[in-house]
Amino acid sequence: MTISEIVSLLRGTVLCGKIDEDDRVEYCFASDLMSDVLTVCRSDFMLITGLSNMQSIRTAEMSDLKYVLIVRGKTPTREMVELAEDNGIVLIVCPYSLFKTSGILYKAGLKGVY
Amino acid sequence: MELTFQIQGGDFTSAGTASSKVRRTLKELGIDASIIKRVVIALYEAEVNIVAHAYKGQITASIDPEQVFLKLVDEGPGIADIEKAMTPGFSTASQQVREMGFGAGMGLTNICRNADVFNIHSIPGTGTTVEITIHIK
Repeated sequence: MTISEIVSLLRGTVLCGKIDEDDRVEYCFASDLMSDVLTVCRSDFMLITGLSNMQSIRTAEMSDLKYVLIVRGKTPTREMVELAEDNGIVLIVCPYSLFKTSGILYKAGLKGVY
Repeated sequence: MELTFQIQGGDFTSAGTASSKVRRTLKELGIDASIIKRVVIALYEAEVNIVAHAYKGQITASIDPEQVFLKLVDEGPGIADIEKAMTPGFSTASQQVREMGFGAGMGLTNICRNADVFNIHSIPGTGTTVEITIHIK
């Protein structure tokens, strides 16, 4: 699924990051616990989280992730957006809950990492 | 090459800065991405542990062509029962730490699974020393 399709389905907004037309997301992992995110060996997934602070972006950086989706209508701080930008992370926000966001994306064909 | 960082307990905004600098250095050195990920995940968890539990600490990252050796020495309450602390899911983290997305009791487990060699020793009331070795070749 393309980032544009994801953003459209979730009524989301892209806050920063370069999106290529060919970029596709196939896998997602949803969690507010960053240590759980850090247990995932692969790096080809989008992190969906309600945790809107520096550590959610730091975790994406350490995990080598390209996409972070912050749910529940949270507004990331300027420092978070700058850190995401510095690391080439596409930061997206959407107004829905973690459950609803995950449900919409799962129904649309995105897969869990396990 | 040796990199040294001073870490302040309770400074959650800066937590991860040292790990980020080590990550950038390893990338510049052209180290394999899967090795870098193992190093920085182990280091990041250990760095967050200092911020979450200790008063202050020092991280030393020694990088040579064969391995990355990380040494984290903190001054803090220490760990009374390391075996218990290593149990997945066990945590003594504060509410503040949990609000930062940590304190799930997976930190030491995550460090251990990414390290080739992992040593931890602690003196309750004094502090904890963690040593992590990850082979590059």
